[in-house]
Amino acid sequence: MIYREAGQFKTSYAADQAIFPIAQDRVLAVCFLAAAFLVPVAASEYWLQAVLIPFLIYALAALGLNLLTGYAGQLSLGTGGFMAVGAYSAFKLTTTFPAVNVLVVFVLAGLAAAAVGLLFGIPSLRIKGFYLAVATLAAQFFLIWLFNRVGWFVNYAPSGTISAPPRTVLGVMTTGPHATAAVRYWVALGLAVLFALIAKNLVRGRVGRSWMAIRDRDIAAEIIGIRPLPTKLLAFGVSSFYCGVAGAEFVFLYLGTAETLAFDITLSFLVLFAVIIGGLGSILGSFLGAGFIVLVPIFLTNIPHLLGVPLPVAIQKEIELMVFGALIIFFLIVEPQGLARLWQITKEKLRLWPFPH
Amino acid sequence: MIDFVAALVGPFRDIAGQPVFFVEVVLGGVFAGLLYSLVALGFVLIFKASGVFNFAQGAMVLFAALTLVGLMERGVPVIAAVAVTTAVMIGLAFVIERLVLRPLVNQEHIILFMATIGLNFFLEGFGEMLWGANVKKLDIGIPDRTFMVGAVQINELELTSAITAAVLVTVLAVFFQKTRIGRALRAVADDHEAALSIGIPLKTIWVVVWSIAGVVAIAAGIMWGAKSGVQFSLSLIALKALPVLILGGFTSVPGAIAGGLIIGIGEKIGEVYWGPLVGGAIENWFAYVVALAFLLVRPQGLFGEKIIERV
Repeated sequence: MIYREAGQFKTSYAADQAIFPIAQDRVLAVCFLAAAFLVPVAASEYWLQAVLIPFLIYALAALGLNLLTGYAGQLSLGTGGFMAVGAYSAFKLTTTFPAVNVLVVFVLAGLAAAAVGLLFGIPSLRIKGFYLAVATLAAQFFLIWLFNRVGWFVNYAPSGTISAPPRTVLGVMTTGPHATAAVRYWVALGLAVLFALIAKNLVRGRVGRSWMAIRDRDIAAEIIGIRPLPTKLLAFGVSSFYCGVAGAEFVFLYLGTAETLAFDITLSFLVLFAVIIGGLGSILGSFLGAGFIVLVPIFLTNIPHLLGVPLPVAIQKEIELMVFGALIIFFLIVEPQGLARLWQITKEKLRLWPFPH
Repeated sequence: MIDFVAALVGPFRDIAGQPVFFVEVVLGGVFAGLLYSLVALGFVLIFKASGVFNFAQGAMVLFAALTLVGLMERGVPVIAAVAVTTAVMIGLAFVIERLVLRPLVNQEHIILFMATIGLNFFLEGFGEMLWGANVKKLDIGIPDRTFMVGAVQINELELTSAITAAVLVTVLAVFFQKTRIGRALRAVADDHEAALSIGIPLKTIWVVVWSIAGVVAIAAGIMWGAKSGVQFSLSLIALKALPVLILGGFTSVPGAIAGGLIIGIGEKIGEVYWGPLVGGAIENWFAYVVALAFLLVRPQGLFGEKIIERV
């Protein structure tokens, strides 16, 4: 009853092509954004640090992988490697040029990751499907090995770790040990919203359509005049850019200090889970999926406490693994098209509510 | 520049200078390669018959090895323990078919692939919860001794493993080519729907294939466990088997063997002779780069089916 578009007439092409064509959606989106920016007022340090900041960063990475896998149809398992490129190049850039605004550093780090992504995207013209997925593992292992072995990347720190140096944006401490969680949250949120908007516009424009054409049938796409190599490479480049920015944020806004272990294959799988559980080929889905992978482990850790059955740490970790694995299978069986599809179904139901037809 | 070339070429001089050591390195590579092959074989079997890229093969190896060791620690004799483990793996195949594959039939490959990653997590957690997470020694009565053939040292354990692997592969090849079920498996691999329409029971075939992959996992688990102990990292060998797979082709049993040998030998030679140049530990990615370079020339791998594309 409330969620109905009756009486909303579209009188221009711009109105027809709006991201939120229905007024209720627009109101909802604005309210949601406003709430998201106001969260630090109410939320505790723990919530910001342990839930919301990683959520936004995973969402950005998932967005990047979704562009590549969900829209362009190129399965990649190298996300962790590309995120590492972003993190390590951001570290190198900001320690070499301390005066540069750290937000600019994030973008430059993204560009560095994009360049590496382009390089590892080249085989995608010859190799397809699972062969490509395994080939992208080469990127993952090689990059991690490189950052482990070459001391230049960590400024020859004996510990082999990189840590976020203190940097300010407009006079506000943004990174480093003295930056408050609220500031870091706002930066992560701003970047996530900005890049989500860019991604949304990319995928509904010419570029996104050519990606989807390649995904659906690459040879047919080639015949109607889409050049596969530039299209696929662009997908790899843009995707790696997103992952690179997310990787830089991962160290600068979330972890503070990191070694290559933080970017190993587990991270690649985690982001891939976020994409698949959220919904392949959906911007909203990337956020929902990221929420899933952040919240489920927290729930699993806290449930034994709530039930009052203290478990040994080892067993708890094993149960977490089992439940996480089982949940993934369960979600794939119940809704293989992801949480974004559930949201769509809800919207369909809402339009009719409270009537059955 | 000249230094660099010299450093690249230098190892060839070492090879020529110490042929016995080189042969030993190659033999070490053959052994490692056979173990990769055994894991890759599990992948190939399942991919051939159901088009599922089974990422959980590594976890199955771990699970099989953990079960075997767990039983033996409780005093079960070797033969009985192997039999019970086999039964467990077959039971696991039934459960997987019923709970994971059947509800997901007709879904896209990537969905099934993700489901097997979920399965991978589940099996790792389950196996460790049942049998504990500490490193265990697996002793199945094959002595870890070396003997000399000419000037070359040969490890008895490695030799036994190699022979077992060879026997296993031969048996599987005969099974695929000559038996009724083997023919059915190949039919299913060729075309699901056509196989169904001539009365091949798809569900049974899947259980059979996952059971065989489980048995192969036991073999891989025994050898790997006897070599380096049964521990969590065993499930990581799945990752090492992937380049073997793309090198040999996803659908080819001989490909898995040849790919394993190439990767195993290449990796050992690369690590021993050229590894020090770049600071060592190149084993982690060397195989992938070899496979990647190879794929650029032959996208379907060594023995994979030729990719024919239609609009």
